Amino acid sequence: MSEVIKNVACPYCGACCDDLVVTVENGKILEVQNACVIGTEIYHHASREGRVGSPRMRQPDGTYKDITYDEAIDYTARMLIKAKKPLIYGFGSTNCEGQAAAGRVAEEAGAVLDNCASICHGSSFLAIFDTGYPSCTLGEVKNRADVVIYWGSNAAHAHPRHMSRYGVFPRGFFTNKGHRGRKVITVDPRYTDTARCSDIFLQVKQGHDYDLFDAFRMVMRGYVDDVPEIVAGIPKEKILEVCDIIKMGRYVHIFFGMGLCHSDGRNHNVDIAINLVRDINEITKCTIMAMRGHYNIAGPGVVWSWQFGFPYCIDLSKGSHAHMNPGETSSVDLANRGEVDAFINIGTDAGAHFPIRSFEKLGSRVPMVTIDPSVNMAATVSDVHIPVAIVGVETGGICYRMDNVPIQYRAVVPPYNGILTDEELFNRILNRMLELKTEGIECDGKWEYAKPLPSLIPVKIEPEA
Amino acid sequence: MNALHLNMVTQRAVEEGEAMEAGKTTQKYFDVCTVIEMNADDIKAMEIPPNAIVKVTSECGEVIVKAIIARQTCPRGLCHMRQSVWANQVVPPRTQSTGEPQYSGFPVTVEPALDARIVPAVELVQKACNKWNGKLLWPM
Repeated sequence: MSEVIKNVACPYCGACCDDLVVTVENGKILEVQNACVIGTEIYHHASREGRVGSPRMRQPDGTYKDITYDEAIDYTARMLIKAKKPLIYGFGSTNCEGQAAAGRVAEEAGAVLDNCASICHGSSFLAIFDTGYPSCTLGEVKNRADVVIYWGSNAAHAHPRHMSRYGVFPRGFFTNKGHRGRKVITVDPRYTDTARCSDIFLQVKQGHDYDLFDAFRMVMRGYVDDVPEIVAGIPKEKILEVCDIIKMGRYVHIFFGMGLCHSDGRNHNVDIAINLVRDINEITKCTIMAMRGHYNIAGPGVVWSWQFGFPYCIDLSKGSHAHMNPGETSSVDLANRGEVDAFINIGTDAGAHFPIRSFEKLGSRVPMVTIDPSVNMAATVSDVHIPVAIVGVETGGICYRMDNVPIQYRAVVPPYNGILTDEELFNRILNRMLELKTEGIECDGKWEYAKPLPSLIPVKIEPEA
Repeated sequence: MNALHLNMVTQRAVEEGEAMEAGKTTQKYFDVCTVIEMNADDIKAMEIPPNAIVKVTSECGEVIVKAIIARQTCPRGLCHMRQSVWANQVVPPRTQSTGEPQYSGFPVTVEPALDARIVPAVELVQKACNKWNGKLLWPM
């Protein structure tokens, strides 16, 4: 007998669509309605053949052997105790309960605790620390915003339902004409699918967003005559046209994405975007929001700020206090400099999404544990791979949407093969660490499992012969 | 056939997102991510047909992919790779002290490599980490 579950929240992007309808039967997912193509794939992936059903350990010949959860937890706990500066990185795809439990483990281990914001909206955090965050909820955008700007953000691809739920098309309380009552402006170096849905497209020269923000600020502050004829590839009259639309708007909202954070300038691009919002607020109401990537990547920022005082790049290795300094304590920089001696990859895939020149320094030199429901790239080079339940599919929990609104996620099917949740796993790792410490296991930087694997073929990265 | 010097951005595409959730060891992920999206005129300037195999080289690495006409139009001089194992073979790890690598806006050279082999993701990652044992344990 099939069961229809309504109002299910989707574990893909930061838009956290919570209107999914999932049909299940005998613990299998039959159908997903309302989700985008990516969200649908997550649910079907949970029911697909070939899932990893128990922890696995890498063997000398490169194959994997199933081990028990107790063995995997013991391995991880020993690794964390013995390492002088382990790195625990990921957390975009887990719930706040798991993040809090990992925080307790990191504190006990004296680890560096970092999340995917480190390579995503980390520079937005830096700008927000400097300049503030005049933001709002997505509900306010839907109900009030009549001018919406997507700057360096391709919502059509990265947040597929964002435009239909919040940014462009929905009819809200004060925006009852939907997209016909909204002016949508996209700023991007490529003519993206988001740009196709916009009224105005500004094709900014790649890496020159700062210049264009500066020109906007000059116009908002009344220095129109001093604006050059072309800024960042955009003619002056186009800039003035857009500024007029902004000034005429009742409620202006800017969504910004990786176009600002991944290009030259990083946090300075976000900094000037926030300052533009300040300038616009002298004229009309304006707010700004980061297009957060994962469904709960806002979660660690909230949970760890409460636990440690910092949202990401948290170095707990001093033992006495938490310390945050991106560039020094950020995962990619730690990897680049070879400063960590153990690595836990959880709820993300550093193997696929770090630059390979960074990841190879972790993957080839330090013991590594991957905690993830699927076989990802990090798992293919990890010493131990521990599968966990998929949040939003097999377990529930709290997740923070991109506007920092907590959404209650829930399970629609039981965990595959009885696998543990992230929270249960980290709690058991913590308990095992405490047991091992009472048995006299100490941090000595020596790790008996970190031996070279003799039967493997050493390969230097060179083009194929 | 000519080499071109282009400016590269690597960002998400919905095709890549869907394939990633299906599994990074799948044929689907391989098919949608082993591409570099370019302006049609840039492909012409290289004197290769669309979908030809090219070598992309940056300051820190190189990768073999297929050159396609961008589905979301790139202006001339700009190219795009979908964020993935292949794109990250050439992404410079420098972070401007923010923790964020240079995923967008770095110079690359694209040159025809018609007979080169496009390497599967697992092989690329395991080779980089010195853990490649000569065979794919997760057949695509």
